[in-house]
Amino acid sequence: MKRIIALLVACLLVIAVELLCSWTGTLYYLTQMTMSAYYSLLIIGLCVVMGYAGQISLGHAGFFAIGGYLSAALTTRNLLLFHDSLLVRGLDFAGLLVTGKDIYGGALVVVTPWAACLFAVLVAATIAFLIGIPVLKLKGHYLAMATLGFGIIIYRLALASSYFGGADGISAVRPFPLCPGLSVSGGPSTRVENYYIAWGLVLLGVILLRNLINSRIGRALRAIHGSEEAAESMGVDTARYKLYIFVLSAVLAAIAGVFLTHYNGGIGPSEASVMKSVRYVAIVAVGGMAHLWGALTMSIVLNFLSLRGVFGTYDDAIFGTILILIMLFAPEGILRINVGQKLLSLGGVFKKGGRKD
Amino acid sequence: MTAELFIQYLFAGITYGSMYAIVAIGFNIIYNTTGIINFAQGEFVMLGGMISITLLRFMPLPLAIVLAVGITMAVGALIEIVFIRWLKEPSVLRMVIITIGISILIREAALHIWGESVRSLPYFVGNEITTTGILGARISPQVIWVIGVCTMMVLLLSLFFGTTSVGREMRACAANRTAAILCGINTRNMVTLSFVLSAGIGALAGCVMSPITSTQYDNGTGLAIKGFTVAILGGLGNSGGAVAAGLLLGIIEAFSVSVVPLAFQEAIAIAILLLILFVRPNGLFGSKDLAGLKEF
Repeated sequence: MKRIIALLVACLLVIAVELLCSWTGTLYYLTQMTMSAYYSLLIIGLCVVMGYAGQISLGHAGFFAIGGYLSAALTTRNLLLFHDSLLVRGLDFAGLLVTGKDIYGGALVVVTPWAACLFAVLVAATIAFLIGIPVLKLKGHYLAMATLGFGIIIYRLALASSYFGGADGISAVRPFPLCPGLSVSGGPSTRVENYYIAWGLVLLGVILLRNLINSRIGRALRAIHGSEEAAESMGVDTARYKLYIFVLSAVLAAIAGVFLTHYNGGIGPSEASVMKSVRYVAIVAVGGMAHLWGALTMSIVLNFLSLRGVFGTYDDAIFGTILILIMLFAPEGILRINVGQKLLSLGGVFKKGGRKD
Repeated sequence: MTAELFIQYLFAGITYGSMYAIVAIGFNIIYNTTGIINFAQGEFVMLGGMISITLLRFMPLPLAIVLAVGITMAVGALIEIVFIRWLKEPSVLRMVIITIGISILIREAALHIWGESVRSLPYFVGNEITTTGILGARISPQVIWVIGVCTMMVLLLSLFFGTTSVGREMRACAANRTAAILCGINTRNMVTLSFVLSAGIGALAGCVMSPITSTQYDNGTGLAIKGFTVAILGGLGNSGGAVAAGLLLGIIEAFSVSVVPLAFQEAIAIAILLLILFVRPNGLFGSKDLAGLKEF
């Protein structure tokens, strides 16, 4: 019951924000809210990996970039030159290609967004699966470095290959038509629809993850977080569950990447950078590692402020500072600082002092 | 490949390799006394280079370098005292995140102080085109400086840890912290000293390398990753292994330039790291039993 109420409150808040913005004539805020929503989708996935399974990942921007870049490249790179190759003819036969015109009026043959999206997410899942098997055997520093290394490799590949546009990234990515009359695209006319698409996706993600956490898998994950050895001796297949949740979070990250890329109409290598991954970890830490709603709340607040440019040139520095302060003073996250309990313990100190007298 | 070209690549590899070895030894010194991997290790190298370049405007080169190393050591001490000293048995995850945060702060501070421009110290002897002939190859004197200074540092460090009483106390701290406390060693001061020491050697390496590699505010991350690769490859905590592994990675990298594009060089170094972590996480020279006892 409590869970349903929380979801209902979240839904109402989402609607309330939209109504408030249209009432005050500040609909442009919805653009940043939509982008924050897509980042939040990644962050709730990472929250389960870090908070519930207890595994750090400093490479999630990599999965986001795999999703975004592949979808962007497939829906913009012209396949006309390869129209004789078996693969392209097969795609054409399956009805997965669309033709159009490029900005110079030339013929353009690209993959349909749905197929590109599915392919991108599938690739991200496969990579997460393959890299997850060895990486998740590692612990502590080694795990942090290995995931960091994975993130840097993806960043370097995006930066060094001309297919992905090098330092410029890919621009002029077409809208992603979800169903007739509804497409993921930027621009003022579709702002409200896209706001609801993004938040619908995030709430779906929350429902999925909440159910997962409260299931057998969730209990197994928490057991792993408590003590991997103890969990294993109780018969929990720790490697399988860790891998499962890692792949799931990578899929969420890739979906976020695909949608945000189509929404923004482009993607650049900075989306794959280490700083992005660190930022996601920082937000999860601030929200309280094992606290889905907390991570979601902090993600909206911090991403929104960052995207509005409130932090200016100190953007990265702010996130670094937040990271340090949270880890030093409130490793359980700021929403977990139990004010009542702090006061009680203070009261206890005074009581003890009193007894001594 | 001609013999001259081979030697040319070899020297380039040794130069970069000794750099990686120094960063790896910096990792090891802190890891040994605290069990922490300091993700901000690469930033010390950047700071050393940057500060000495700025100081050079006011004073001669040797003095600027000495002062830059001193300032970076003070920064290292400050970091330990402010962020690490008062934490009671922090978890590894917490320490990883804190040191990553520190590295971001140092990098951002450097960005705001020095900007994005690429700077470098002048060559210690001669200039960019001065060369000396070694075995038929033409080598810049700076290369000899780098190799010489790095060798000196390794020798002095092993002397320090082997013979002086402070060095022995630090080693005692690494072997068994509780026992060290019981012997009356102030382990907290030893931890501070380990940060000072690794900041110092990082900064000095940053100064001697600056004419060859140039210094930029975001140099640190790449260096830290490669230094970490080397530290793992040589067996975490094993400084002799770090030297061998550093030279190995440097030479592999130098020769790989002739095969793969430069843009992919970093990706290759990291791929090597991942491979080592998956196959031999205790390093090329480390023993499996010893690694099992350590807490990562």
